[in-house]
Amino acid sequence: MNDDIIKINGLKFFRADKVIFDGVDLNIKRGKITAIMGPSGSGKTTLLKLIGAQLYPEQGGVLFNGINIHKLSRKELYKTRRSMGLMFQSGALFTNLSVFENVAFPLREHTELPEDMIRDLVLMQLEAVGLRGARDLMPSELSGGMARRVALARTLIKDPKLMMYDEPFTGQDPITMGVLMRLIKNANDVLKLTSIIVSHDVAETASIADYIYIIANGKIVGHGEPDAVMQDNSPWVDQFVHGLPDGAMPFHYPAKNYYEDLLNA
Amino acid sequence: MLERIQRLGAFGLSFCERLGVSAVLLARVIVRRPRFVKALPLLVEQLYMVGVLSLVIIVISGLFIGMVLALQGYNILDKFGATVQLGQLVALSVVRELGPVITALLFAGRAGSALTAELGLMQATEQISSMEMMAVDPLWRIVSPRFWAGLISMPLLTVIFMITAVYGGYLVGVGWLGLDPGQFWANMQSSVDLHKDIMNGVIKSGVFGFVVTWISVYQGYYAVPTSAGIARATTKTVVYSSLAILGLDFILTSFMLGGW
Repeated sequence: MNDDIIKINGLKFFRADKVIFDGVDLNIKRGKITAIMGPSGSGKTTLLKLIGAQLYPEQGGVLFNGINIHKLSRKELYKTRRSMGLMFQSGALFTNLSVFENVAFPLREHTELPEDMIRDLVLMQLEAVGLRGARDLMPSELSGGMARRVALARTLIKDPKLMMYDEPFTGQDPITMGVLMRLIKNANDVLKLTSIIVSHDVAETASIADYIYIIANGKIVGHGEPDAVMQDNSPWVDQFVHGLPDGAMPFHYPAKNYYEDLLNA
Repeated sequence: MLERIQRLGAFGLSFCERLGVSAVLLARVIVRRPRFVKALPLLVEQLYMVGVLSLVIIVISGLFIGMVLALQGYNILDKFGATVQLGQLVALSVVRELGPVITALLFAGRAGSALTAELGLMQATEQISSMEMMAVDPLWRIVSPRFWAGLISMPLLTVIFMITAVYGGYLVGVGWLGLDPGQFWANMQSSVDLHKDIMNGVIKSGVFGFVVTWISVYQGYYAVPTSAGIARATTKTVVYSSLAILGLDFILTSFMLGGW
């Protein structure tokens, strides 16, 4: 089988008149954790939505296991999505269902398993993320980190081949961040998944990723193994990984001359 | 001038596009392989949310409208010495017009706006997106039960409204103003036709139910996923639904009076 689970070629995507992707090429290796990093607003989440065919590109394509996902019929697309999982930044739990029912949801929808088996599977998943005791809580009673762990359990229960994480570490305390990093790494290695992490938390992501792509201005500006990327001297990558306030990505949003602007008041 | 024409054209195009999108949404909700075993509990839950929870407002409004109608009607009929016709007046106004129209307006305000807000919020909190990524079609799981629940509830609520309004008229006419109950009911019975009056009223309510729930789920599903966007979508649901109800009522009435 081909070594790349995802192949993206010449991807172009516009939103209104704004160019989000202007010819992006990238490959995701099977069994590895690939990180996609970039400044806020660089379209990282959009890229995940393009891979999941929730959005359609203007040009170029996304091959998932050699199949162009955007050419599939609605029915085939839903079938293909069964082997994908996407963990949203907010967790996106169903607010009217308890933790247990949230995790059981994919099983109830896609299988005809008996109730006691669903119960066992859900408890096993919740145990793996350390939240078996929280099964009766409602999503509104969970902290942000717990919600993400429930979302992880809910995504993993349908046994995906490709896991995508949208900003899994953003806004988390160091303990929760450590827990999430370990869970993501374990899930990838133990369950033999392929993982894509979209993030702008450089140190955390680089510590568990096998390969990193950096996106800025609608293009891939750097890629390589974590060590290589951290040493990269190109302006975009250097500014991003070392968090420099000004550089290839300017501090100022494009505007006309400052003095003229003040004088014309 | 040219800019105005351009703007008009752009508005026309975007209107047609929205109409097309809403038609596709409707088609995807209606035309699909039925899955009764899984769909039934979802439908029952929504019938409760949309239908049963709207009962209180429908019953109370029905009662008061029937009472006011009897009071006003009595005063006018009294001038012509025709107060015995009060039962007929109340029943015909309620069954032909007020029942379907007011129920639909109340339904749009109570259930339609709730549907839009709920779907809009699900969109904003990425619940619909996450469902799509779990390979569960949100149109089947979320939109379809709400649509059918609205469609089924509206005629039932309308019939309940009609009954309570007639009873409200009875309370005022007979209980308070002292009309003879026999005359009240007999005149009503002889003038109200099952097919021409009651069935036509129910058909109207079915059409209103279809349009109001369609507008509500469309506005919610395609709401801009921000707080301002959801607020605007909820307002649009109530405004568009009310206008559609009143416009369609005129069209349907003209057809019905003309014997189709």
